[in-house]
Amino acid sequence: MQWETVIGLEIHAQLATNSKIFSGASTQFGNEPNRQACPVDLGLPGVLPVLNEGAVAMAVRLGLGIGADIAGRSVFARKNYFYPDLPKGYQISQYEIPVVGTGQLEIALDDGTVKTIGVTRAHLEEDAGKSLHEDFHGMTGIDLNRAGTPLLEIVSEPDMRSPAEAVAYAKKIRTLVRYLGICDGNMQEGSLRVDANISIRPAGSDEYGTRAEIKNVNSFRFLEKALNFEFERQREILEEGGKVDQETRLYDANADETRSMRTKEEANDYRYFPDPDLLPLEVDQAFIERVRAELPELPDEKRDRFIREYGLPAYDANVLTASRELADYYEATVTAAGGAPKVAANWVMSELGGVLNAQGIDITESPVSAEALGGLIQRIQDQTISGKIAKQVFEAMVAGEGNADTVIEAKGLKQITDSGEIERMIDEVVDANPGQVEQYRAGKDKVLGWFVGQVMKASRGKANPEQVNQLLRQKLDS
Amino acid sequence: MHDRTIAELARALADGEVSSVELTRGFLDRIEARDPDCNSFITVTREQALAEAEAADEARAAGRGGPLTGVPIAHKDIFCTDGVRTSCGSRMLDNFEAPYDATVVRNMRDAGLVMLGKTNMDEFAMGSSNETSYYGPVKNPWDPTRVPGGSSGGSAAAVAARLAPGATGTDTGGSIRQPAAMCSLTGLKPTYGRVSRFGMVAFASSLDQGGPLARTAEDCALMLGAMAGFDPNDSTSIDRPVDDYAAALDGVSLQGLKVGLPKEYFGEGMSEGVRGAVEGAAERLRELGAEPVEISLAHTELSVPAYYVVAPAEASSNLSRFDGVRYGYRCDEPKNIIDLYERSRGEGFGAEVKRRIMVGTYALSAGYFDAYYLKAQKIRQLISDDFRKAFEQVDVILGPTSPTTAFPIGERSDDPVAMYLSDVYTIAVNLAGLPALSMPAGFADGLPVGVQLIGNHFDEGRLLGVAHQYQQATDHHRQVPAGVND
Repeated sequence: MQWETVIGLEIHAQLATNSKIFSGASTQFGNEPNRQACPVDLGLPGVLPVLNEGAVAMAVRLGLGIGADIAGRSVFARKNYFYPDLPKGYQISQYEIPVVGTGQLEIALDDGTVKTIGVTRAHLEEDAGKSLHEDFHGMTGIDLNRAGTPLLEIVSEPDMRSPAEAVAYAKKIRTLVRYLGICDGNMQEGSLRVDANISIRPAGSDEYGTRAEIKNVNSFRFLEKALNFEFERQREILEEGGKVDQETRLYDANADETRSMRTKEEANDYRYFPDPDLLPLEVDQAFIERVRAELPELPDEKRDRFIREYGLPAYDANVLTASRELADYYEATVTAAGGAPKVAANWVMSELGGVLNAQGIDITESPVSAEALGGLIQRIQDQTISGKIAKQVFEAMVAGEGNADTVIEAKGLKQITDSGEIERMIDEVVDANPGQVEQYRAGKDKVLGWFVGQVMKASRGKANPEQVNQLLRQKLDS
Repeated sequence: MHDRTIAELARALADGEVSSVELTRGFLDRIEARDPDCNSFITVTREQALAEAEAADEARAAGRGGPLTGVPIAHKDIFCTDGVRTSCGSRMLDNFEAPYDATVVRNMRDAGLVMLGKTNMDEFAMGSSNETSYYGPVKNPWDPTRVPGGSSGGSAAAVAARLAPGATGTDTGGSIRQPAAMCSLTGLKPTYGRVSRFGMVAFASSLDQGGPLARTAEDCALMLGAMAGFDPNDSTSIDRPVDDYAAALDGVSLQGLKVGLPKEYFGEGMSEGVRGAVEGAAERLRELGAEPVEISLAHTELSVPAYYVVAPAEASSNLSRFDGVRYGYRCDEPKNIIDLYERSRGEGFGAEVKRRIMVGTYALSAGYFDAYYLKAQKIRQLISDDFRKAFEQVDVILGPTSPTTAFPIGERSDDPVAMYLSDVYTIAVNLAGLPALSMPAGFADGLPVGVQLIGNHFDEGRLLGVAHQYQQATDHHRQVPAGVND
C-alpha cells in the first residue's frame, strides 16, 4: 500500500529578551547554576509574576512575520504538574486564547515548488529549569537559571507530508525567528527545540491516523532521521495489521531510533486554569503598529526582491536569503563588485559556501570579507583574470595572502590580453601539431577545443580564453 | 499606654509624652508576660523591634517622621519579612526565612511603623477559628475557651488583648472581618487590588487581600493609608492614588446615606444575639440620619459553594510549590522524588490544607473543570452583578459579619461544612472584589458581635467614615475584655 505521512511541528523558540518573562533576572546562557534565578524564578512564597513587555513584542513580531491574527486580549493560564525543576508546581503558559492566532508560512521544496504551511497558533510561556544528574551520586541537582526564560511555542497545522517538508518548515521557522531577531535559533544550546507529531495514512485518505509525538529533537538532521524512522515503524505496524498507540516518544541519535516515553493513558492532567496572578494580556493596535514599523525585510520579501532586482533564479534567491547574514553578505559583495549579481551569487554559494562548509563555520566568520570577494569579482569582470585563475586567487585569499589585487600581482596571474603575445603562442602550438591542423581542416571541429586547451596551458591559464578562441579560428581558417 | 488606640499613641509620640522605644518595650513586655495564655504570636522580634523603635525616635527627633513613626504593630505571619521567619502557620514553612519583605511590610516600615512580631493564623489562612495552625490554637481574649475567629485570629487576639495596638490581616473569605467581629475589633478588607499581594503567601490569589485590624475605624484608616498603594510587583495591583483615609473620616456624613439591608442576610442560620445587634446597628444609623433600604442580593446562597470551588482550586495550584525541593519542610531520607513529594507534603501540611488541595485538584481536573470551576466563575459573575445593581440603589450595605459569636474551641473542628458556614456573610464580598468592614455592634451573652459594612469598589473611605461616625456615637468598640487591663 502507498502511505502518506502527516506531520505537524511544535517549535519552542527561546526569545532573545535580556530578562525573564515574569521577572527581572537575566537570561544569559551558561552562567553558574542558580546564579541568575531571583525569588520569582525560584517560586519562593508570596512572589508574583510581572509580564515582560519585550517578550510580548517579540511574539507580535513573529505573528506579523507569518501574517497571523494578533489577539487583542489573550490569557495566561497555569499548567499544573510536579517536577523538581518546575519551581512553582505549574508553568505559566497560554492555553485557550494565545497571543498569536492563525498564520502561514511558505516553504521551498527541493524540486522548486513552493508550499504553504499553516501555523495554528503561537503562544508565550515560561521555560522550566534543568535537572543535573552528573556529579550527583544517587541525587539530582537543580539549576534554575533557565526557569522563567521566555518561550514562544509555534504550533503548525498537520500540513507537512514528508520528513523533508518538516525539515524545510523547521528551517524556515529558524530563518524567520533569526531575521526577526527574536531567537538565536541555536539548537545545540536548546534555544530552538522541536517536537514533531507524526502519523501515517493510506494515500488519498482524509482521516488522520493515530499519531506519535517525538519530543525535543535537537538538530534538523536528527529531525529528519527520527521522522523517517517513525514512518517506517508505523508503516510496519499497520502493514502487519497492528495499531499505532498514541504516545510520546524520544529519539535516540546513537541508536537512530525512537523509543516510547509515555502513552496517552499515562498522560498528565494539567488542570489548566487562568492564572489569577496575571491580568489578561491586552495588545492594542497602536502597539502592533509600533512593532510592525520596526520589522526588518523578511526572508520571502528579500527573496522576491533578489529575483526582481538582481535577476537571480529562484533557487539562488532562496539559498542566499536563508539567513539575514548571508543575504547581507551577498548584497555587500554585489556592491563591492559594482554589479555582476549572478557571478557574485555563484561565488558566494559555491566557492565561498564550499570553504565555509569545509571549515564548519558561519558566514559571519568568513575568512574572506564581502568587500574582498567583490574586489575579486571585479577583476573577473574587467578581465584582469579569468574565472579559472580567479579560483586560484580566491584560495590564496582564503589562506590570508591578501586581497585579489595583491595576490594577482604577487603571483603574476594577470590575464594576457596582448593579442601579439597570444598569437605567438598560437603559432607555436599550431606549428608543432600539423596532424591536428589537418584533422581540423578535414572538418573535425572538436579539435578547436583541444587547440584552445593547449594554448591556455602554454599561457599557464593566463591567456584570455575568448581571445584565444577567436585568434585560433582566424589562424586555422586562414 | 497599652490601652490607647493607634491615633492616640501617634499623638503621644508626637507630643513627646512617650518615646517609641518605651512604647515598644511596653508592648514587648506585655507579649512576654501575657501571650503564653493567648498564643497570638508565632514569632516576637524583640531586638529588631527595639532597633526600629530607636530609629523611629531618631527620625522624629530629626523632624523626619511621619504621623505613624514609632507606632508598634504586628504582622500576620503570612506576610514575608526579610530575615525573619514566615511560617504561614504551617509546619511546611517552620524553617522559612524570606530574603525579601512583602510590599505591605515595606510600606509600613517606610511609614515608620515598628514591627513587634508575627501573629498566629490558620495554616495557610485556611480556617475560620485559628485551630488549624501548626503552632496551636489562639484563645479569644473575651473568653479563653473560645476561638478568636480566623484565619487572622492571632492578629485579632493580639489587638483585643492589647498586645499590639493594630495588626495586619488577610481576608480571602472573611479572614479579617470574622475575627474582628469575634474579638470586638474593627477590621477592613480593602478592594481587591488596593493593597499589594506581593510577599503575601498566596492562598487563593483572586480573592486574597491584605488589610488592617485595629480597635477603631480611625486606626484602620491610618493603617490602610500606610499599607495601600500601587505596586509594580503585583500585576493585579491597581494604579490609583491612595486617599488620605484618616483625614477624610469626619467629612463623611450619615445624613441621607442610603444603607442597604439585604433580605438574604437576615434569614435562617443567624443567631438571635447577632440579629439583635445588626438590627440595633441599623436603627442607630437611622437615628444618625441614614436611610435604611431593603435590598436583595439574590445569589447569596450560592456564594459559599462557589467560594469552596474557586478558593481550593487556586490554593491547590498555589501550594504546589511546597514540594520539599527548594525550601521549607523536607521529609527525612526520601527514597525517590515521588516519595520526597508525598512525604514532605503529607507531613508538612495539616488536615484542612490537604482537604482543600484535594477539593481544588478535583475541581480543576479534566472532565470536572466545566462542572465546577467554570460554573463557580459564572456564579461569581452573578454575585458581582447583584452587588452592582444594589449599589445603583444604595451607598453602603449593612449586614451581619458572622452568623454567630465566637464558638468554643473544638466545637466545629471535625465538621468542615459547619466551619465553612461561618463565612456565609463575608465570602460574597471577596468573590466580587469589594471592600467591606466589620465593626463592633454590641454583645450577646458577653461575647462580641460585629456588623459588616460593604461598599462599592474603592469606597474604603466611605466605609471607614460611616464606621467612624457610628463609633463616635457608640461605645461598643471601647469595651475591654476582662483582665486585659489588670
